[in-house]
Amino acid sequence: MPLTPQRAHLQFGVVLLAGALLPALPLAGQQVLSVFAAASLTEAFNDLGRAFERAHPGVTVRLNYSGSQVLATQLEQGARADVLATADQRWMQYARDRRLLAGDAATFARNRLVVVIPRANPGYVEKLQDLTRPGLKLVLAGAQVPAGGYSRESLRRLNGAPGFPAAFDRQVLANLVSEEENVRAVVAKVRLREADAGIAYATDVGARDRDALTILEIPDPYNPIAEYPIAVVAGGHRELAGAFIALVLGPEGQALLATRGFLPPAPRR
Amino acid sequence: MIAASSPRWREPLGRALMLGLAALVAALVALPVVALVLRVPPGTLLAQLGNPSVQEALRLSLTTSVAAALVSVVIGLPMAHLLATRAFPGKRVLEILMDLPMVIPPTVAGFALLMAFGRAGLLGGTLTAFGISLPFTTAGVVLAQVFMAVPFFVGAARAGFSAVDPRYLDAAATLRAGEMHTFWRVRLPLALPSLVAGLGMAWARALGEFGATITFAGNLAGVTRTVPLDVYLLLHEDLEAAATLSLLLIVMAAVLLAGMRQAGLGLFAPPRAPRFAPPRAG
Repeated sequence: MPLTPQRAHLQFGVVLLAGALLPALPLAGQQVLSVFAAASLTEAFNDLGRAFERAHPGVTVRLNYSGSQVLATQLEQGARADVLATADQRWMQYARDRRLLAGDAATFARNRLVVVIPRANPGYVEKLQDLTRPGLKLVLAGAQVPAGGYSRESLRRLNGAPGFPAAFDRQVLANLVSEEENVRAVVAKVRLREADAGIAYATDVGARDRDALTILEIPDPYNPIAEYPIAVVAGGHRELAGAFIALVLGPEGQALLATRGFLPPAPRR
Repeated sequence: MIAASSPRWREPLGRALMLGLAALVAALVALPVVALVLRVPPGTLLAQLGNPSVQEALRLSLTTSVAAALVSVVIGLPMAHLLATRAFPGKRVLEILMDLPMVIPPTVAGFALLMAFGRAGLLGGTLTAFGISLPFTTAGVVLAQVFMAVPFFVGAARAGFSAVDPRYLDAAATLRAGEMHTFWRVRLPLALPSLVAGLGMAWARALGEFGATITFAGNLAGVTRTVPLDVYLLLHEDLEAAATLSLLLIVMAAVLLAGMRQAGLGLFAPPRAPRFAPPRAG
């Protein structure tokens, strides 16, 4: 039969429709656990999701990574999720204040801040003081993003520290060329060598980034250690969510997080 | 005869289905706009216009989008004319290339722009040698907007050039008018409505540009933070301000579309008969 234009259009339409429906098939009859997690948790929670699926046959873990501020506001606007893991207490509190959580949040990990620099070091950054050099291209996460808040707090703590000017943070922030929506976007801009320096978490520099990025440590007293709380979201699969959080807090989850470079939560006092 | 053999209930059912689906698509587009309007408390629009950070974003958006629209016209006009009047090998590829930015995800466009014009990009070394740096600059915002907007102008202008009645061109030719002369005095005036429509669409696209801008040019107040980027930030800070700015963008776009309709222009409007008498050549 000759392929008339009408037939061709019809076939094209059928192929499009089939393509649109196909991805839905494997999920039929499966239970889905939806986890909203901070962007910096990407690799660690991919691991944890796989471990959870192994332990719970028939359950699919669907992960949504973004800046914590995006996750919290998405939940507020009615996005459906079972678990929320943020990179600071502020956005977890935001979710709690709006009655989006079922139960309390537990801190499951901590993280250090580092300065990331392209291996080629186009801005000649050798020490933290070099961040004030005029014309340097510095990229930070936005002030609403947890990593952006921690970064600014760290710069503030360095004001007047031995060997640092009193207005260190202002001099550094004068070099800010972009405020990114999540910490991974900061690392991407540095990796692409568009930025001379950025501030991110130690865990954001993965094994495959080692040849592209150099790290500058921020000494302890000036390093506001990031805290990651996790909680069950109201209106979701409460039991399954609780089981996922138990995995994250338990020895297997903690070991997986440690492998990805996260620090354990501070011991309870 | 399909119609004659159809059962009698088919005709009204079909009509009801068509009406129902038309109502659905109208609601799909109208509801979010209405919801946004309801979200903006009366008076906030003006109050927000007095907010310095909003003014900054607005000023940046207006200057960059107008610049991007004008650049699109200058670089898009010859291409539109070429595609409308000439046949040459590789024309189809060029046509697809010219349409591409309309359908690729803006984030992908921004990433591709980085690969080409970024510091470590294909032309990065050359640009740096000339002291030019585009990422994180206002010029980078304009470049991202031009990339996304130029197809709208080229498409409209091309359709306008193609719709010019060849009899006018023949008349010009019999009067021994040169090609450039015919272009300026015959083709361009006759295609003007389409060119203006293309300019309007390119400007609107540039004004609304988000993904390519944030990926390629970054996000910094006063330098690269245009209104759409500001709206995205405000979503996590101040929902009312975000809604107000969103409404402002929608109003600007609606006014533009209404104005174009009023002038008988429109991206997808059927070509109108030329309103002009054939200009004299020579």
